[in-house]
Amino acid sequence: MDKRILLLAAAGLLAVPAHAADKITLGFMSTLSGPNAIIGTEIRDGMQLAVEQLGGKIGGLPARVIVEDDQQKADVARQLAEKFVQSDKVDAAIGFSFSNLMLAVYKPLVDAKTVTISSNPGPSQLAGKDCSPYFFSTSWQGDNWAEGMGAYLQKKGLQNIYLIAPNYAAGKDVIAGLKRFYKGSVAAEVYTPLTQLDFSAELSQIKSSNASAVFAFYPGGLGVQFVKQYAQAGLKDKFPLYSAYTVDESTLPAIGDDALGLIVATSWAPDLDNATNKKFVSGFEKKYGRVPAPYAVHAYDTIMLLDTAVKAVNGKIEDKPAFLAALRKAQFESPRGAFKLNTNQFPIQTFYQGEVKKGADGKPRIVIQDKALENYGDAYAQTCSMK
Amino acid sequence: MSATLLLEQCLNGMQLGIMLFLMSAGLTLVFGIMNLVNLAHGSFYMAGAYLGAFVYASSQSFLLGVVAGLGGALLIGLIAEFLIFRRIYKGDHLDHVLVTFGLTLIFNDLARLIWGPAALFARVPPFLSGQVNIFGLISYPAYRLAIIVVGLAVAALLYVLLRHTRLGMLIRASASNRTMASALGVNVVVLYALVFALGAGLAGLAGLMAGPIFTVIPGMGDNVLILAFVVIVVGGLGSVEGAFCAALVIGLIDTLGRSFMKPLFGLFLERAAADNSAPAIASMLIYILMAIILFFRPQGLFPPKSR
Amino acid sequence: MTKERIALAMVVVLALLPLLFAAMGESYYLTVATRMMIFGIAALSLDLILGFGGLISLGHAVYLGIGGYAVGILDFYGISNGFVQLGVATLASAGAALFIGAVSLRTSGVFFLMITLAFSQMVYFLAISINSFGGDDGLTLNAHSDLGLNFGNTQVFYYFVLACLAFFLWLSFRIVRSRFGMLLRGMKFNESRMIAIGFPTFRYKLTAFVISGAICGFAGALLANQTLFVSPSIMQWSRSGDLLVMVIAGGMGTIVGPVIGAIMFLLLEKVLASFTTYWGALLGMVLIALVLMGKTGLLGGMAKGGRPHG
Repeated sequence: MDKRILLLAAAGLLAVPAHAADKITLGFMSTLSGPNAIIGTEIRDGMQLAVEQLGGKIGGLPARVIVEDDQQKADVARQLAEKFVQSDKVDAAIGFSFSNLMLAVYKPLVDAKTVTISSNPGPSQLAGKDCSPYFFSTSWQGDNWAEGMGAYLQKKGLQNIYLIAPNYAAGKDVIAGLKRFYKGSVAAEVYTPLTQLDFSAELSQIKSSNASAVFAFYPGGLGVQFVKQYAQAGLKDKFPLYSAYTVDESTLPAIGDDALGLIVATSWAPDLDNATNKKFVSGFEKKYGRVPAPYAVHAYDTIMLLDTAVKAVNGKIEDKPAFLAALRKAQFESPRGAFKLNTNQFPIQTFYQGEVKKGADGKPRIVIQDKALENYGDAYAQTCSMK
Repeated sequence: MSATLLLEQCLNGMQLGIMLFLMSAGLTLVFGIMNLVNLAHGSFYMAGAYLGAFVYASSQSFLLGVVAGLGGALLIGLIAEFLIFRRIYKGDHLDHVLVTFGLTLIFNDLARLIWGPAALFARVPPFLSGQVNIFGLISYPAYRLAIIVVGLAVAALLYVLLRHTRLGMLIRASASNRTMASALGVNVVVLYALVFALGAGLAGLAGLMAGPIFTVIPGMGDNVLILAFVVIVVGGLGSVEGAFCAALVIGLIDTLGRSFMKPLFGLFLERAAADNSAPAIASMLIYILMAIILFFRPQGLFPPKSR
Repeated sequence: MTKERIALAMVVVLALLPLLFAAMGESYYLTVATRMMIFGIAALSLDLILGFGGLISLGHAVYLGIGGYAVGILDFYGISNGFVQLGVATLASAGAALFIGAVSLRTSGVFFLMITLAFSQMVYFLAISINSFGGDDGLTLNAHSDLGLNFGNTQVFYYFVLACLAFFLWLSFRIVRSRFGMLLRGMKFNESRMIAIGFPTFRYKLTAFVISGAICGFAGALLANQTLFVSPSIMQWSRSGDLLVMVIAGGMGTIVGPVIGAIMFLLLEKVLASFTTYWGALLGMVLIALVLMGKTGLLGGMAKGGRPHG
């Protein structure tokens, strides 16, 4: 059933080195079908680009990546995790697009001592009290961008901000993350039903409020709706819109000019000036014909993290303690700059404040303006037992 | 809460209601006349949104976009009717559920195959992008006002069509007694195809107008479809007038519930409790309403007269 | 072969399956088969009201959710006793079915279909909004239900689920063969006649609805035990659609057909998904072909009488 082997350098199979493993098998899962396939697709594409740029080898070992679709169902994801462990005997499980599915597969994977690397979800439990030496993240802790925005707003000295987010766990976490750094006053804190299509009621409320600015968190398709309706309601000039996780390179084309002037928090942008990023962005655009989103960066870094660690142990990945230690210590150049992990094995990175501006091609894009939080990990690392 | 805010929220509610009505009109007609449960109705809505946005963006002509969205949905409806639906009218509701559930899966994947998993750009035409001042009281997005106007016009046209034309008479005749109508020489096959295409076109129009304010994304019709079902069940299956009333009621209740539930709860609950429970109740409000209405009136508010 | 014989043969085959998997060295298939059996139980429960009562419910997944969350919430509060967990899951689902049924059985046909959908949406939104139990992120279980059996062992859990399946098959056959089952079928064909004879049809239908909900809730508790995780997506409306498809594809009103339907459906989904991410479209085509070619399910011919007309 696992015919979807992506890359199999056949030559590597024949050579039998004495000590090092002869290949590395990766189990990749993300949501690739159904209405919410966009993040999963970005992650898969970023991962495939990295494997391709490394010539099909990770740390010198021929790589075999088994790509699976979790269908955005927890029970399917859980089964894939078991398949990776029992049937495919993978050396690492990678990918993951939604936090509820990440939580569903977390226990079976780490209990089976499988190296697990998340390219997107970073729930607070996994960064804090439930952290594991087998779990790594190349993305972020879920509050990070909101914390970056909070720090920026605090620095700017804004007051009386209107906070709005969907009514679910991540919505509350993001608002809490913002408040961790933003100490100013709050005009109102509004949570909207998760599947709401139309924000007209909330926008009218904002219009009649005395807030000085609005902070919004609306991921994915919700962000497209919210930002467009916000602009149409004529609120953009009166109430500057600050956001986190609401617009990214995957949704900007759908929002268009309505996003111009939006202030966002981010850890990466296509024009971030470093050699790795140039190679990544141009490679991605050439291969897929579109601008990559941050999720693709994280997936790219997942492969680079593995590459660095496998090299460090000279391909002896079956020596688990050494491999884990190498992953933990790994440092390499990411499109985001120097990559490094914190004690809880989540990245330490810099968060920026950016603005959506018209690019040279006339299309809106996120342009980094200022550092908001430098070399920051997350708020939960101290509650993680790994020090 | 000020009077202007209340007025504005009522407009918002009306606009949502109008969108729901356009979605439900076809659904309820098709049910009333062909006795067909169509879970794939949301696909016509999606087709209208995708085709409208895509053609508008590539041709730079809003008019062409409208024609493509509306005509495309109509045409897809006609083709689907010819290939599939006319074969299952005689089947039972289970057949309908199975086939149309399958069709939804196909259409969603088709949209993803053609336009990719990311959302598609759909913009408001420049001449509708500003704000309109209403009675010097509130400024309201021109586009949303246009949706209300178009929706009301379509509702009026539909009323005239159904009540005062020969075609409408035939449609009503077939709705109240299919066998008798066909015995009297009504070409039921053509009539069915027409009604079906009309419903698909209306859903396409709703999708077309929804594009610039919602997200044009695979599966976008599914959420709206469930709301449309609530509308037609509350309104009384098969009744277009009922669907119109129910759509407005549901649009208003949903919008007002979302905006005034929290201050209302705040009157007798602690702030934290109100903050927590209000959005949860608001998201369930219309389903609760539906359950209550069906409990007291199992046939909906305005059931069509005898069949 | 009678339906009971088919059921017996199926249980025997399922009992021998682990030996085959062991010989193949694929213990992972065991968990796949376990999930299929759990959905088999859920589909069987739907058949009780759909195939015998003629009630088209488009919200049956809600009981999977209630059963699953019952286990999850008890576990959250540290109650791991399996008898309590499975008992509460079954009773809570039965209670929910009693309430939902009391309202929705006043209607019929499409109204019934819609109102069951509405109720499942309500519970779905409720589960998303309640943050204490994880909201949208779901709830991770600390441990399996403690019945004195080691559910962590896939073989043990497999045989436990198989035993449950066998029990519910037996129970369902008993129910539909009983006077109660006869009445139910009688109502499906001509309710007014049954009323005229003097049967309180509403009460009978409600009883069937509650039994069905309870069994489905039990399946939900099993599912929670298998994934050690529950989230609102367990009761998405498309899941209810899947359940309907399983019952119809397997053959309504045959008890054992829906179980086979569930197995075939999940198998097909898995095979198609391994070829393409557009498996949904392929599945859709299969569904349409199934109806257009006039097949009434794998074991459809075995059901006595016709199908309900709503």
